[in-house]
Amino acid sequence: MVKYATMPVIETRNLTYTYPEAAKASIVDVSIRIEKGEFVLITGPSGCGKTTLCRCFNGLIPHFYHGTLEGEITVAGLNVKEHPTYEMAKYVGLVFQNPENQLFALSVEKDVAFGLENLGVPRDEIRSRVDWAMKITGIYELRERAPYELSGGQQQRVAIASVLAMKPDVIVLDEPTSFLDPLGAKKIFEVIHRLNRELGITIVLVEHRLDLTVKYADHIIIMQDGKVILEGDPHKILDSEDMRLIGVGIPKVTRLYQLLKADGVKFHGKVPLSPEEMAEKVRRILKTHD
Amino acid sequence: MIEVQDLHFTYPSGVEALKGISLKIEDGEFVAIMGENGAGKTTLVKHFNGLLKPTKGRVIVNGIETTKVSVATLARKVGFVFQNPDHQLFAETVEEEISFALRNFGFSPSVIEKRVTWALNLLGLMQYRKTSPFMLSGGERKRVALASVLAWDPEILILDEPTIGQDYQQKENLRQFIMQLRTQGKTVLVVTHDVEFVAECNPRVLLMRGGKLIADGAARKVLTDPEILAQSSIVPPQITQLFIELSSLGFPSDIIDLYEARETLLKAFGAAAK
Amino acid sequence: MSMFDGLKYRRVFSPIHNLDPRVKFTYACIIFIVAILFWEFIPLLVLFVIQVPFVILARVRREWLRSMKGAAFLASVIFTVNFAVSFINSGYMITFVALEYALAMTFRFLVLVESFSIFFLTTSPDHLGLALEQTRVPYEFCFAFTTAVRFVPVLAEEAQTIMDAQKARGLELEKGNFLRRIRNYIPILIPLIVSAIRRSLELAEAMESRAWGVSKKRTNLYELKLHGSDYVLLTVTVVLLVAAIYVRLYLPVPRLAEIFDYFAH
Ligand SMILES: Nc1ncnc2c1ncn2[C@@H]1O[C@H](COP(=O)(O)OP(=O)(O)OP(=O)(O)O)[C@@H](O)[C@H]1O
Ligand SMILES: Nc1ncnc2c1ncn2[C@@H]1O[C@H](COP(=O)(O)OP(=O)(O)OP(=O)(O)O)[C@@H](O)[C@H]1O
Ligand SMILES: [Mg+2]
Ligand SMILES: [Mg+2]
Repeated sequence: MVKYATMPVIETRNLTYTYPEAAKASIVDVSIRIEKGEFVLITGPSGCGKTTLCRCFNGLIPHFYHGTLEGEITVAGLNVKEHPTYEMAKYVGLVFQNPENQLFALSVEKDVAFGLENLGVPRDEIRSRVDWAMKITGIYELRERAPYELSGGQQQRVAIASVLAMKPDVIVLDEPTSFLDPLGAKKIFEVIHRLNRELGITIVLVEHRLDLTVKYADHIIIMQDGKVILEGDPHKILDSEDMRLIGVGIPKVTRLYQLLKADGVKFHGKVPLSPEEMAEKVRRILKTHD
Repeated sequence: MIEVQDLHFTYPSGVEALKGISLKIEDGEFVAIMGENGAGKTTLVKHFNGLLKPTKGRVIVNGIETTKVSVATLARKVGFVFQNPDHQLFAETVEEEISFALRNFGFSPSVIEKRVTWALNLLGLMQYRKTSPFMLSGGERKRVALASVLAWDPEILILDEPTIGQDYQQKENLRQFIMQLRTQGKTVLVVTHDVEFVAECNPRVLLMRGGKLIADGAARKVLTDPEILAQSSIVPPQITQLFIELSSLGFPSDIIDLYEARETLLKAFGAAAK
Repeated sequence: MSMFDGLKYRRVFSPIHNLDPRVKFTYACIIFIVAILFWEFIPLLVLFVIQVPFVILARVRREWLRSMKGAAFLASVIFTVNFAVSFINSGYMITFVALEYALAMTFRFLVLVESFSIFFLTTSPDHLGLALEQTRVPYEFCFAFTTAVRFVPVLAEEAQTIMDAQKARGLELEKGNFLRRIRNYIPILIPLIVSAIRRSLELAEAMESRAWGVSKKRTNLYELKLHGSDYVLLTVTVVLLVAAIYVRLYLPVPRLAEIFDYFAH
């Protein structure tokens, strides 16, 4: 399993950060290790520091946002404190919540090319990488459209393609689907799931709605008040009693499983994270009784 | 009561956003309006307080046709909380922000004072009374926006995407808050993409697509109907997904409620054990 | 409806759209220079008419007609003023000279609108930005240009939403005396500014995250290259300019009065 891979892509040790003039630190003593190829889900109540942590991964903190950063952070083998964001951008791609504010060009393919143009990559290579990224994210047909001619879901796929074109080791997505309709959101999650499985890109996804996402994750990090309070295999974490106390929304089927277990139903195996997993468990029980 | 008759609306740019919508919303109803991006949800609800006027057809709110009165007059009855609180917050303190509308509607200072206090308490914002709204977190700013509308106690409340970016606890608070409004007989309309939130509240659902209404009924019916789901951008709630998976075993697939799911499964397990 | 409607780019595919923006711009400028060379009506009319095939070829006839219609008002003002001035100067007599001069000035204006509306109607802002870049304008400036084009409609929509949000809270912009009316705009201006600041911060973050600010030389996905058709247009344009100068210097240009006399006898 990925768990035992050798090199972490992201590693932080006692990372603490305070925004300029802020009264208290927004992330406190965060020590995490993210392995190559993992799909990591970060969640926690609003204001707990998820976005702040993401900004550390590509050096927006401390190079764009000043303030005080203590502790250590290494991403793709580089010390983030010593490498400016434009260098980190080759290894870490960030996708933000609002699709509207991350597309600047007047056509899709120009936007996807933006990062590579900045890096001075030769034109032919830009062309082939841009086409590749647009095909994987399913926006190749839209390549000549202007951003305002696209739906929110399409815009967000453009944003993903534009970081994908830079062939990063890690893609970090901060609530990428909050403005999208359920099907648009599902398509985004499927695209990033594919990037993870087929291309081995490490994914870090910030999301409140575990119902939609936890089934893809093989590592979950739960934060509260700037600290990491629970971390590990989602099947284990979601089964623990602590989970409910924090007020993180547990997927409905997982909750159903817990209720039934409390009612005395005997299930086998791990806690279910998706309707499919739960259905399997129900089928098994009904079969054993037959 | 809101009555919509064959409503068509075309933006000046030529986009035909609504293509013939007819519906009726009774006093005290709780309605969720759902549908894909660009379906026309926001456009539709902007007709209910007169911000937009029909290109064709009629919208009648509490017996008054919306073309006959000003937005300010209608707004007194119909409160509208916009999706992004940053589009409305401007005052120096939370208190002033909330009293803005009250002053516009000509309430007396003593009434304003009372209503502001009431609204602050209702949404747990008392400690921020003298704080600048710009200093607050996203979730808190959203609550200030809500408070500033609730303060004048409108009969009909429209919330555009209230759950975006909210965590589980904030959503739960919002849900309870809406339930509380309902016991006071208010009409509540929520525009949302959040299927799980709707499943928990079980309101009447209006499902839109391409400027048309494609379904209208209880959440339990609309969100579980395979035919409707196939032609909309809705992904059914998790509990429903589970029962759709299990439908080959003879389970009903129209369940959206957690506790109903639990009862159904317990019964099935019990029967199987016998 | 205004003259500027005819300047808004619309994406269609045509031989004219595919032309290099720099060549098209040169064309528009030269037409303008030629138009200034003449103050007789006939050559300006010719200049106006020979551009019509371009419009048809570019498949922007409707938009072009709209911009011409928009320009019609200003054109009639130009005609009236010029005609009136000559009328008064010539001792209150209607002369062919006065008529010709007024018509010429009007058509000079129309030719100008025509050629630049062909340019703007068939050149995407993207290409325009690119043309700027490849004429060695600093990249930051070109980026600012395309970003502005991208965000102006977004900001306009945002202003509308903010206005709606405040109207929904009972704000009536037209209420009260002059000072009061200005104050009415405060609840609209403040959210507009705050949102714009938030937006620009988010944009800056997104740009940084995509390697903005590397000092190395940028490449560009597109490269503008002159194709056969560009050379054709360039040649046509230059020939037109040379011919116009030759005519101006060495040939008599027919005047309205002469033509009228010719037909009268
Ligand atoms: N640019 C900033 N300047 C100062 N303080 C900030 C800034 N951004 C965030 N904060 C503060 O840092 C803390 C953590 O915020 P952050 O945005 O990281 O939370 P989050 O977990 O992403 O929340 P949400 O789920 O609402 O997006 C909050 O208290 C917030 O007020
Ligand atoms: N101010 C406007 N001018 C022109 N067209 C508009 C305007 N506002 C919306 N539209 C268009 O009208 C259609 C319906 O938009 P509307 O905002 O009502 O959709 P919605 O269902 O609220 O979508 P979302 O879920 O993304 O909020 C869309 O095609 C949209 O592009
Ligand atoms: Mg965040
Ligand atoms: Mg909307």
